[in-house]
Amino acid sequence: MSRLKQILKSGRLAVTAEIGPPRHSSPEKIIYYAEMLKDYIDAANITDCQTAVVRMSSIAAGAHILGCGVEPVIQMTCRDRNRIAMQSDLLGAYSLGMRNLLCLSGDHQIFGNHPTAKNVYDVDSIQLIQFVRRMRDEKLFFSGDEFKEHEPRFFVGAVANPFADPFEYRVDRLEKKINAGAEFIQTQCIYDMERFVRFMEQCVERGLHERVYILAGVTPLKSWRAAKYLQQNVSGIIMPEEIVRRLMKAEDQKAEGVNICIEQIKYIKEKIKGVSGFHIMAIAWEEVVPELVRRSGLCRRQETD
Amino acid sequence: MIVAGQKPIVEIAALIENYNKVLLVGCGGCVTVCLSGGEKETEILAAALRIKRKLEGKPIEIATSTVTRQCDPEFIDALQDLVKDADAVVSLACGVGPQYLAERYPDKYIVPAMNTYFAGGSKQHGVWEERCGLCGDCVLHLTGGICPVSRCSKSILNGPCGGSQQGKCEIDKDVDCAWQLIYDRLRVLGQLETLKQVMPPKDWSKSRDGGPRRMTIEDVMNG
Repeated sequence: MSRLKQILKSGRLAVTAEIGPPRHSSPEKIIYYAEMLKDYIDAANITDCQTAVVRMSSIAAGAHILGCGVEPVIQMTCRDRNRIAMQSDLLGAYSLGMRNLLCLSGDHQIFGNHPTAKNVYDVDSIQLIQFVRRMRDEKLFFSGDEFKEHEPRFFVGAVANPFADPFEYRVDRLEKKINAGAEFIQTQCIYDMERFVRFMEQCVERGLHERVYILAGVTPLKSWRAAKYLQQNVSGIIMPEEIVRRLMKAEDQKAEGVNICIEQIKYIKEKIKGVSGFHIMAIAWEEVVPELVRRSGLCRRQETD
Repeated sequence: MIVAGQKPIVEIAALIENYNKVLLVGCGGCVTVCLSGGEKETEILAAALRIKRKLEGKPIEIATSTVTRQCDPEFIDALQDLVKDADAVVSLACGVGPQYLAERYPDKYIVPAMNTYFAGGSKQHGVWEERCGLCGDCVLHLTGGICPVSRCSKSILNGPCGGSQQGKCEIDKDVDCAWQLIYDRLRVLGQLETLKQVMPPKDWSKSRDGGPRRMTIEDVMNG
């Protein structure tokens, strides 16, 4: 059974972090990060060729970190596989000990290093959630064929982006994912706290936080340029100007980026109702995760183990 | 042409079940040529829907109009008065028609009466076949004038695959193997050497995979 699920069920704030697999075939780096993060996180998401750049597969990388004692959250996008390949990979992943699955659409290939590729989107993220739940709960393949035995039993997650438009529809769409069967949610990186507060208020009003575990997504910033880049070039992220300015004024931008992230975590933890944990996406900066966890008071391993 | 066919009448009737004043818009373009959405078919559909509704005791008022093309805003504009009087508008054009209607008349319920199938042509009386995959990067000069994208079931560029048998495709004995056709043509043309070259992967960004497409001709834009 998924340990992440057990932790969330226990009511303790869960911490997940993202590990980006390498653009080559050596597992050395992911193993290094897994060892480094092991005592600070409950599970690690392994991205599925994020930004459509070819990387080691999420499932293979997941097998490597599992070997280090870190529970993986496998990510599966709908961009690269049709329903046949998806199911085949799901069977394989489960056979290797993966228990958590995050279903998402995936970034369009135009952003990556293979912009001339075909995209698949045979099923979309919400349909994938539905199918994976049906696999577990009704023992059915996507086609409706029955499993005679050993159906994969994933703890199924989805993403939510409170910062995409139309804002009024975002909570409805989250609810749609919950209705489809999502059991945990990891959000897009939060910078516009006011908007996230409004989003969570609506979730709580509808009782969605009682139907799904919502993990707030945070990403520490390395520099004001990184902040500016996100502000100008990444759709679906809202970067308030004050964060850019604060980093610009800082003597040590990296340290300030960490401070901002810790403040965000603490604020969410103390002030926002309905959040069940944190998802730290320290993109290409995995080594900062232990400090973030420690200083924001999320250090949980010692408390319970 | 774009080949489209009418949805079953029961399906169309269900889509306008709750509407009592409906406008049916035919199209004088491709769907007139493929005998599915022109003036004649529009009138027949209108009559059938009227009869069906009358028999069900819920008579419907249907107006009809067939425009030159539904893929040109000016012809959609001309429908203004008729649209105003209708609760719902049913388009008998390809998928472009309902969208142009919806763009022009944003507060009107627009219903597609057709399913749009492919870009192709007539094969024999009453039969139309797919010929173009709309991939945005034509290779017909390399393939004997036969499109592997739309006519090979796998859209492969270096066929035929192992499923080709006696000129037919593995998916269906009635489907020609496009690569058998390509081979035969290139042999006649004395161009079989072409088939020895590995055809590189296509640039699918020029197809639908790169996102919705747009074509511009600057000279025309600048008048």
